[in-house]
Amino acid sequence: MTTELFIQYLMAGITYGSIYAIVAIGFNIIYNTTGIINFAQGEFVMFGGMIAISLLQYMPLPLAIALSVAITMLIGALIEICFIRWLKAPSVLRMIIITIGISIISREVAVHIWGESIRSLPYFIGNEISSIPVLGARISPQVLWVIAVSALMVVCLGIFFKTTSVGREMRACASNRKAATLCGINTQNMVTLSFVLSAGIGALAGCVMSPITYSQYDMGTGLAIKGFTVAILGGLGSSGGAVAAGLLLGIIEAFSVSVVPLAFQDAISIAILLIILFVRPQGLFGSKEAAGLSEF
Amino acid sequence: MKKIASKLLMAIMAISLLTVPAFADTIKVGAILAVTGGASFLGGPEARSLEMIVEEINAKGGINGSKIELIIKDSAASPEKAISFARQLIEEDKVLAIIGPSTSGETMKIKNICQQAKTPLISCGAAEVIVNPVASYVFKTPQKDSFAVKKIFMEMNKMGISKIAVLAGNTGFGKAGKGQLLKLAPEFGIDVVEVEVYDKKSNDLSAVVAKIKSNKDVQAVINWSIVPAQAIVAKNMRQAGWDVPLFQSHGFGNIKYVEAAGAAAEGIIFPAGRLLIAESLPDDNPQKALLMAYKKNYEARYNEPASTFGGHGYDAITILAAAIAEGGNDRAKVRDAIENLKNFPGTGGVFSFSAEDHNGLDIDAFQMMTVKDGKFVAYTGK
Repeated sequence: MTTELFIQYLMAGITYGSIYAIVAIGFNIIYNTTGIINFAQGEFVMFGGMIAISLLQYMPLPLAIALSVAITMLIGALIEICFIRWLKAPSVLRMIIITIGISIISREVAVHIWGESIRSLPYFIGNEISSIPVLGARISPQVLWVIAVSALMVVCLGIFFKTTSVGREMRACASNRKAATLCGINTQNMVTLSFVLSAGIGALAGCVMSPITYSQYDMGTGLAIKGFTVAILGGLGSSGGAVAAGLLLGIIEAFSVSVVPLAFQDAISIAILLIILFVRPQGLFGSKEAAGLSEF
Repeated sequence: MKKIASKLLMAIMAISLLTVPAFADTIKVGAILAVTGGASFLGGPEARSLEMIVEEINAKGGINGSKIELIIKDSAASPEKAISFARQLIEEDKVLAIIGPSTSGETMKIKNICQQAKTPLISCGAAEVIVNPVASYVFKTPQKDSFAVKKIFMEMNKMGISKIAVLAGNTGFGKAGKGQLLKLAPEFGIDVVEVEVYDKKSNDLSAVVAKIKSNKDVQAVINWSIVPAQAIVAKNMRQAGWDVPLFQSHGFGNIKYVEAAGAAAEGIIFPAGRLLIAESLPDDNPQKALLMAYKKNYEARYNEPASTFGGHGYDAITILAAAIAEGGNDRAKVRDAIENLKNFPGTGGVFSFSAEDHNGLDIDAFQMMTVKDGKFVAYTGK
């Protein structure tokens, strides 16, 4: 394999990987506060891209993206307030089924608003054919946007959870909900906030990736499966694990093309998910103890 | 005696009163189209074209005084639904003929049902297997995929290209096209050195493009799919700084894919029906007048660009209407009339059916096209 080809595969893998990691982090934020997997996470990504594309007719690109992220955050909050908050002593299974329902409803709403055709935001820099040479390989500038925005999101989330008081409250709520309530933290608001946060990062990811992958009403399901695989692979609840696992899966997928036919690309990621579930259910980076404590 | 005679007369009058409206009765035509679901880009324009044409026919007073009643069933591209709708249309609605389905897979599932029920079926599916072997009651309007393949290979021979890579989507259309490409390549002295199949939901193909690019023998790429990946392949190739010619199938004949691929769509070469370049056709072209009329009416009515796919629906209903004018409300006679239709201009080409050829189009139905400044233009070579 030439260096050029190696770099080309690597960059493709990092691109896929960053997208998977962002979706997985969205899963983790909600998982940490509620103990459930929000299967509508992929739909947040879809809404982010679609809303920004619609808004673009009326305003410049940065504003459209910002507003789209804000609107999607509002949708996230509404979903939590309408469907999750009022449940009394909800079981995990019940909440998961609710999120699956929300994901189906979201797709139906999207197909009625935007139709079935593919749409996309324009490239942030350059156009469909511009590329930057990297060590002999050529990559689209948008790929750098995806990687940079994903990295920035991870750093910002880290700072938010470590240093701000709201972030600390969310972590408290994640590690022990009852104790957090006793300390005077409004855990219900923390749950809402977790939906808002994961909707926001999902929407931003949806905007950044839209020029590369296009946006379509049913793009969420595929993303949710990949993101879920990555979240499990990295250990549920661990953001660092999600990033590492996301990049790992992305790079494996990209390099797999050189060995097996392209058609098996998805089979590989599902096979990895199954192996992890059998061999190391707590994920590559999760601790056994933490897995044992969760409500599953 | 006189009483009996008058009663008889009355009875005759009553019967004739009953039967007169029956002559001017409506003719039921069924349609099974993928109006929603993954193939809605086919079924949607097809259904809208059918509705438009049937309304035009009825506004003119119908065919020989009989109005057409169109019953459209949305199969959402599901073969199971297509089967149950076909039975329903034939047994309950007792339609004269069925138009559709939109996809080749669905058509193959109901081919035998229509044949056994002796109900004419005019499919909008592209695959050659629909009419080869011929079933006496089954016809299709889209051009055969083998003609598209041959047209591309002929162009490659002209350009001196002999080693190619083939990419295909994992849909029925992609698989059928890939099969034809591999089968016909040796006839034209073309060597397929790389073959890759991708998922129809693929949203980035830069890794596989890098792989085939690393094979220095590849002189051109053929991508065969009807999914948005057509635009993605083009983008990923150009982003990788790879400028070998990119050929696509007739599935690329939708301006939305050109918009999606943006600057990367420039220079893509593909075969398609002449609808896309109707304006630039010479005035003596037999298709020009109807193409312009169809395009104008469709675009005015639905506020979206006319596509070759909607044209397949247009062809199906106009062929059926011509056959009804000949054979009336009789399945067998309508079938015969379609088979005897000669030199009938449609959007996909000039149809001449025969007992052996239930597609009726020849290779000239395709025209090689390319994209220039975001628009389809006829390809005239380099």
